[in-house]
Amino acid sequence: MTSLHSSHLHDRARAKIVDLAAFLPAQVLSNDALAALYPDWPAARIHDKTGIRQRHVAAEGETASDLACGAAQALFARGAVSAGEIDFVILVTQAPDYVLPSSACLLQHRLGIPRSAGALDVNLGCSGFVYGLSLAKGLVETGAARRVLLLTADTYSKYIHPQDKSVRTLFGDAAVATLVAADEAAPAHAHESIGPFVFGTDGSGARDLIVEAGGFRRPGDAASACELTDASGNVRSAGHLYMNGADVFAFTLREVPQAIDALLDKSGLGRDDVSLYVLHQANRFMLDALRRKLGLDAARMPVCMEDVGNTVSSSIPLALIALREAGVIPTGARLMLVGFGVGYSWAATLITL
Amino acid sequence: MDQFIARFAEALETDPAALDAGTEFKTLANWDSLAALSVIAMIDEYYGASIGGDELERARTLDDLRQAVAAKAA
Repeated sequence: MTSLHSSHLHDRARAKIVDLAAFLPAQVLSNDALAALYPDWPAARIHDKTGIRQRHVAAEGETASDLACGAAQALFARGAVSAGEIDFVILVTQAPDYVLPSSACLLQHRLGIPRSAGALDVNLGCSGFVYGLSLAKGLVETGAARRVLLLTADTYSKYIHPQDKSVRTLFGDAAVATLVAADEAAPAHAHESIGPFVFGTDGSGARDLIVEAGGFRRPGDAASACELTDASGNVRSAGHLYMNGADVFAFTLREVPQAIDALLDKSGLGRDDVSLYVLHQANRFMLDALRRKLGLDAARMPVCMEDVGNTVSSSIPLALIALREAGVIPTGARLMLVGFGVGYSWAATLITL
Repeated sequence: MDQFIARFAEALETDPAALDAGTEFKTLANWDSLAALSVIAMIDEYYGASIGGDELERARTLDDLRQAVAAKAA
């Protein structure tokens, strides 16, 4: 039985991240522009606390699938893969073009990906890239697909009230296209290049990061469009993004270090066996607090969000691109990726690039 | 209590001499949502306790907050 199982696995190549490319909308929102709206928060303070200098914001009529399309075209232009070779599309987004159909189906057609390809949307936020990797790896390593186009794309700006500084200072719009493909060169018994994974979900935190109205539990209507000002002077309606910053922060400090330890334990590794810890780029304040709690040097837990803000599911792959371009990822280095946020949902994995 | 006040003052980047157990901390000039995050981080770092928005909301004075932390850390 065992030998049958292993010979079966021999036909399966290992999945690996082959390449990544990003697309950012042209429009930029600076701290100066925000400070002009929020008298209590000077531009320097916004930068100091969030670590963000500017965010890119999608134009009116520019959707997450438009950004994803741009990222995919940028990936194809780099030459590692063409549209015709993609056999599965995974789009991680919380801002689909339509209630239905899935935006991934629209992108298959728009990008010229063969009709024999599978395509689906994944509705996850800041944990979404790691979840997407787990699905892509599963598809490749079971032989169901060979070249998976993993797209992360979001436009939280469209959910944010202009006068809500609690979220408008943080979030930026972006998309990244990641190619996860069978590693033809690696033998099947080679060390896995993506994985293992640990996951976590706690739906009791659902209301702490939410756009409440517009689904079917609370359809958008006149009442849900009513704008209210909270104790901090932030304005929003039930149709806007709401974040309970204090509870999301407490959740992060509680769960992320545990997830990291659980993944190290599962992998039989120690803290120092991992070169870089690439966490979801939520904001500098949160990353600094996590880094102190984990006892890691700044160099091993990079903060790469100054010019883009918190880009939800694209924050980890954008950080990977920035680190690659900076030339700070040693060949064969083991990186830990940790995504966490809306849901609550979190996941961690190890990769080599 | 003195040590708790000193750490609270450090989190808020304010003068500890201006604070005591009876200080209603949410009325302080530099108390805002970011200050709240700094205090949550301070409590997690020094006391290993996870304090959320509700507990911050319920506490009126620094002594209330210290007691909430002590109850969590116990």
